[in-house]
Amino acid sequence: MHKIIEKKLLRPPDVFFYKISAPLVAAKAKAGQFVIIRLHEKGERIPLSLAGIDAAEGTISLIVMAVGKTTGEMATLEEGGEIRDVCGPLGNPTHTENAGKVILAGGGFGIAPLYPIGKAFREAGSNVAALMGARSKSLLIYENEMRGISDKVLITTDDGSAGMKGIITDALKAELEAYGADTVMAVGPAPMMKAVCEATRPFGVRTIVSLNAIMIDGTGMCGGCRVRVGDKTKFACIDGPDFDGHLVDWDCLINRQRMYKTEEKESFEDWKKRHNLP
Amino acid sequence: MAEEKKTPKKLNPKRTPVREQDPALRRRNFEEVSFGYGPEEAALEAGRCLGCKNKPCVAGCPVGVPIPEFIAAMVNGDFAEAYRIIRSANVMPAVCGRVCPQENQCEGACTLGKKHEPVAIGRLERFCAGWQMEKGGGASSEPAASTGMKVAVVGSGPSGITCAYDLARLGHTVTVFEALHEPGGVLFYGIPEFRLPKKIVAGEIDTLRQMGVRIRTNSVAGKLVSMEELMKEFDACFIGVGAGLPRFMGIPGEDLNGVYSANEFLTRTNLMRAYRFPEYDTPIKTGKRVAVIGGGNVAMDSARTAMRLGAQEVTLVYRRSEAELPARAEEVHHGKEEGLRFEMCTLPTRIIGEGGWVKSIECVRMELCEMDKSGRRRPNPLAGSEFEIPVDTVIMAIGTGANPLLTGTATGLALNRGYIVADPETGKTSVQGVYAGGDIVTGAATVISAMGAGRKAARAIHEYLSCMKR
Ligand SMILES: Cc1cc2nc3c(=O)[nH]c(=O)nc-3n(C[C@H](O)[C@H](O)[C@H](O)COP(=O)(O)OP(=O)(O)OC[C@H]3O[C@@H](n4cnc5c(N)ncnc54)[C@H](O)[C@@H]3O)c2cc1C
Ligand SMILES: Cc1cc2nc3c(=O)[nH]c(=O)nc-3n(C[C@H](O)[C@H](O)[C@H](O)COP(=O)(O)OP(=O)(O)OC[C@H]3O[C@@H](n4cnc5c(N)ncnc54)[C@H](O)[C@@H]3O)c2cc1C
Ligand code: SF4
Ligand code: SF4
Ligand code: FES
Repeated sequence: MHKIIEKKLLRPPDVFFYKISAPLVAAKAKAGQFVIIRLHEKGERIPLSLAGIDAAEGTISLIVMAVGKTTGEMATLEEGGEIRDVCGPLGNPTHTENAGKVILAGGGFGIAPLYPIGKAFREAGSNVAALMGARSKSLLIYENEMRGISDKVLITTDDGSAGMKGIITDALKAELEAYGADTVMAVGPAPMMKAVCEATRPFGVRTIVSLNAIMIDGTGMCGGCRVRVGDKTKFACIDGPDFDGHLVDWDCLINRQRMYKTEEKESFEDWKKRHNLP
Repeated sequence: MAEEKKTPKKLNPKRTPVREQDPALRRRNFEEVSFGYGPEEAALEAGRCLGCKNKPCVAGCPVGVPIPEFIAAMVNGDFAEAYRIIRSANVMPAVCGRVCPQENQCEGACTLGKKHEPVAIGRLERFCAGWQMEKGGGASSEPAASTGMKVAVVGSGPSGITCAYDLARLGHTVTVFEALHEPGGVLFYGIPEFRLPKKIVAGEIDTLRQMGVRIRTNSVAGKLVSMEELMKEFDACFIGVGAGLPRFMGIPGEDLNGVYSANEFLTRTNLMRAYRFPEYDTPIKTGKRVAVIGGGNVAMDSARTAMRLGAQEVTLVYRRSEAELPARAEEVHHGKEEGLRFEMCTLPTRIIGEGGWVKSIECVRMELCEMDKSGRRRPNPLAGSEFEIPVDTVIMAIGTGANPLLTGTATGLALNRGYIVADPETGKTSVQGVYAGGDIVTGAATVISAMGAGRKAARAIHEYLSCMKR
């Protein structure tokens, strides 16, 4: 059992921040790794990236977007509540050696892992630019935190209510054209990571992505998280989650993420009905 | 020959039948297939044993269960004593009685089997275990006085459980590290409920806890704790992490939706209880037509699970002939009764998809040629024999490799193709104080051989710790 020390609504209505007591995980975890949680006896195991690691305090932070049954149910848990299983740290840490100039591109919950990753790059002496995109100003999350660890923050909004009007890849291309970069790290929904990779490809910039394949065990035992990278089958949980984005077969990943669409909907509806939720 | 003279005239050449669920019903439920013997049936079957002096059956059992002795106790009506005798050699009789490939082991060597059907040793073992459990649990032996020595056991499969149990009995303080949220290894996540009910596995784990063994779940060694840290914190360490890295064939189409490894298909069902979705949150997609590739226990379990999840047609695709199916004979028999289709001497060459989903599987027929090194005939594809089987789901049950999660981070640990190099008699590895056993040493094998390895390693660890103390 792991106690929820702190919970905040980060972006209404569906993005939450959690600080959870997990001293052993916190003592070991590094930027870029994830945990697999299970809320209760009947719950499923879902992977969530580490958005913060505090070994001294014995806590880890997670940023969770409520998109379905399990994340929706997690959204109903409050401070003082408990999560049954927290397994981790899993996956390989991001290589955060001094990489010269690094651009971090975050979409949706992708900001979660980018915060500790950016911090680690910075501490290793890299120059960090954070690129954050949202539909409009009110939907931006973690802006202040990202400012705290970046040399430069670039914001794009679809409606122009903050930063540059446009989408994240526009700002990325402009930045690469003007200043270049040594590494781009993108985390977010697969179509967003795919777009980032297409944008950086002509520049020949090393582009690292963190793949969010469907997982169960996270230990290499089930093979459910397999992805195609450079024409080889890799297991995202033990070979990744970071891969060279220019080698990833995105259509394969996006297709595999859809495998349980019908069941996910059924499960969510069933749960909402049982809890009299809209 | 000497034994056969003693054969009582009224010896029944056939073993006492065991009551089983009707195949037409059980193919759609997850309850246990076999009900097991009742006391009368058990006594009747025990009466068939000849009590052979040369004990060929014992030689056939990888852990040397004193078979004629426990059966004699049963004949005397002393089931508690029979249980005690079994337990002296086998920590988990309720499990082994159900899943050992008896036909290759104890029963395969039984004298009776030469002319008649062998004694149903597995069923008798299962009966005694069940009888004892009803009478209030199996924890028969008290742990010795504490030695003050600490041992880490990594992995809670049969090898780890047995090693932990024996070490605890010798007075050592044991902590088990298990990656998943439930202990038991393959006994929990792999072997299905209808063959090995999970409450039996849970019972064995409870016994372990009663012995004072601490089980830390959600604890992935190599990630949460390194090998170096384990060696610093503990006086010795046993590694029994199994061989859980699923293999794929490397044929086109394996990334399509609808293609599972057997491990994933079985883990979703057993560990996550997807057969009770949406009451349990984890989904599974079975489809109407399922092809299972492989011929071992894992393939059988996947196929019969798919049937129970509602598939209309389940086809087992195996590249050799039926005679060479490595699965337990009983499971093949049960699978047939449940209506599995068998495509023998058949090799998949390609999985064909439509819109990202499996649509069919292309196969070729095999002809069996000369014997290969393993003593089995090597199958060769027959040119021009390609054909398609329309399916929604393909389950790959073609074996597993060594998982690098822990071994990849353990410096100085000698490996052979990813498997840990360990002395077969002691489990000793290239690192002092580190022992290993089970599938991570031998490659995928059996429950009882993993248990045997755990037991041998416990003995060796005990000796090592005793020397260290002096
Ligand atoms: C390494 C990794 C890190 C992640 N980090 C975060 C994070 O920090 N914050 C966050 O909000 N989300 C994160 N995710 C995604 C998160 O795991 C899914 O949103 C969650 O599983 C959805 O579960 P659900 O029941 O709420 O929704 P569902 O209705 O089950 O699914 C909604 C979507 O999530 C995907 N999904 C479903 N089950 C899984 C699963 N077991 N594993 C992965 N994806 C799944 C599906 O493709 C689907 O598109 C991460 C995923 C991975 C693989
Ligand atoms: C579906 C299936 C059916 C089978 N049927 C039969 C049968 O009928 N009869 C028979 O005799 N045999 C059968 N077998 C084979 C038998 O189950 C195995 O040989 C046996 O379980 C091996 O035991 P083990 O102790 O080596 O490891 P496992 O049972 O594989 O257990 C290893 C455990 O270690 C854990 N682990 C792995 N890595 C780590 C880590 N880094 N840190 C912490 N924990 C870790 C795993 O999660 C797992 O719980 C079957 C196997 C399968 C998969
Ligand atoms: S442990 Fe297995 S092989 Fe040994 S006697 Fe029992 S059933 Fe037979
Ligand atoms: S089980 Fe078979 S081999 Fe063993 S003593 Fe009895 S009759 Fe003989
Ligand atoms: S999640 Fe099972 S192998 Fe990666």
